[in-house]
Amino acid sequence: MTQHIPLSLIQSTAQTLMEKAAIEIPQDYLDGLKRAADTEDGDLSSFVLRAMLDNYEAAKEDRRAMCGDTGVPRWFVKLGNDARVEGGMVALEGALRRATAHATNSVPLRPNRVHPLWRTDHDNNVGIGAPEIEYGFEPSGDWIDLITVHKGGLFGTDYRMLFPSDGIQGIKRFYLDSLMAFGKRGLACQPAIIGIGLGGSKDICMTLGKRASVLRTVGSRNSDPRIAAMEDEFKELGNSIGMGAMGFVGKNMVIDCNIEVGYCHTGGMPMSVHAFCLSSRRAVARLWPDGRVEYRTDPDWFTPYQRRETVDWEPVQEAAE
Amino acid sequence: MKPREIRLSTTPTPEAIAELRLGDIVYLDGLMYTAREGVYMRALEEKANIPMELPSESAANFHCSPAARINADGSFDMGAVTATASFRFAKWLPEWMAKTGAKLIIGKGGMSSRDYKEYFVPNGAVYLSTVGYGTGALLGRGVENVEAVHWNEELGLAQAMWVIRCNKMGPFIVASDLNGDCLFERENAKIAENIARVYEGTKPAVLKRYGETDDRSDEVI
Repeated sequence: MTQHIPLSLIQSTAQTLMEKAAIEIPQDYLDGLKRAADTEDGDLSSFVLRAMLDNYEAAKEDRRAMCGDTGVPRWFVKLGNDARVEGGMVALEGALRRATAHATNSVPLRPNRVHPLWRTDHDNNVGIGAPEIEYGFEPSGDWIDLITVHKGGLFGTDYRMLFPSDGIQGIKRFYLDSLMAFGKRGLACQPAIIGIGLGGSKDICMTLGKRASVLRTVGSRNSDPRIAAMEDEFKELGNSIGMGAMGFVGKNMVIDCNIEVGYCHTGGMPMSVHAFCLSSRRAVARLWPDGRVEYRTDPDWFTPYQRRETVDWEPVQEAAE
Repeated sequence: MKPREIRLSTTPTPEAIAELRLGDIVYLDGLMYTAREGVYMRALEEKANIPMELPSESAANFHCSPAARINADGSFDMGAVTATASFRFAKWLPEWMAKTGAKLIIGKGGMSSRDYKEYFVPNGAVYLSTVGYGTGALLGRGVENVEAVHWNEELGLAQAMWVIRCNKMGPFIVASDLNGDCLFERENAKIAENIARVYEGTKPAVLKRYGETDDRSDEVI
């Protein structure tokens, strides 16, 4: 008989994840920022990076949110193909909404979510379409991964329809434009993990860039070696502008640059740029039906299955199971 | 060179403000209140009475919504505190400063030197920027007490007027002075020298946009 993952475990784990995301800076980002602080020689931008390192420590010591703008909490749920949730997916969504509302009060988080027109605030970060819950699947496994991301929302992101004739130089220019426009005065809260989405349809282009920034870690590289080389080159390019934290003179703007692609219309080359800020808040847990829970900070979202490009999925390892 | 560190009252004397130099690091003591679009609209457009004695109680306006809660017994818990971008509030600030005598405007990213010259300097006021952004936990440690929260029912937790007692709250960076000079514009000008080299080899997008500029020394705010 198929074992179900208990709903109570989903809700309690989700609440813990909300707290971890708000308070504990992920180690990969922290290591990246420490490297940046070691190399930074701008007076003011150096001061800013050192203050941020102190801030992460203070947040963990006091168990308080690292930033007063605690972002807009959202969820990514990955399910192994054999995973079953007690009460089904509607129950799971209910548990994630309850965990979001509960943690907003208990941590506390800032109740950022309001109606776009009437500015109604339920003081719990829950409302129409909030928190977003997105899904992914893997070919095997009876587990679910719960991933929460609390990304700041106002600056640093842009979209543009480019065309094949724009080429790599056009991509570079739009990338630089985004860094210049939102880096000044530190509106993007850099140094950031920059995510670039290339291709897909317009909405998916935005999604790819967002996921590249929030669902990949500092130091990860795209599985396509030519895209991986672009990631290195773009990181270097962003850090050669001469702009650092808060838009002050400095050499650290980009902690890492992650690029994700999707097939697009033959006539176009849509591009999006996203910046995951100095409070790159993400937390992950894997839950099994026997009640085991493992916490981590790497979403490990972009598996070979997520990046597949063939009609059918027939990996060799499937046969072994 | 290490920036200068200064303790400053939230009801500062004119002399203390005149002392401040661009790039100084400031720590605040005294009462501070949060006010952003919700408070400005309610006080200035709906003409509601401001529930504090300003500027005698506080001359420090923080563009902030804290990560905080109101407990069932009416007490408050404030976790992290950081600022929101101030340029969006230029519409209300001249009237707000005239009405409340605010001398310290505290937020994210500063205003333009035009704003500073037009209504900060005549009011003897300067802009302090939060650091990072943002050092929410460090600033939270500087909150000695939450004295009150006003207009919570009308505006919600995020837009309400929080009254905070600060004890060495910081760090903040002095981003404008009594000449009306702007720290961020000074930094922009230094960075601008390098722009042409970084953009070398790139070309404008095939499909243009309305209002597009190719002058990268421009800002978008």
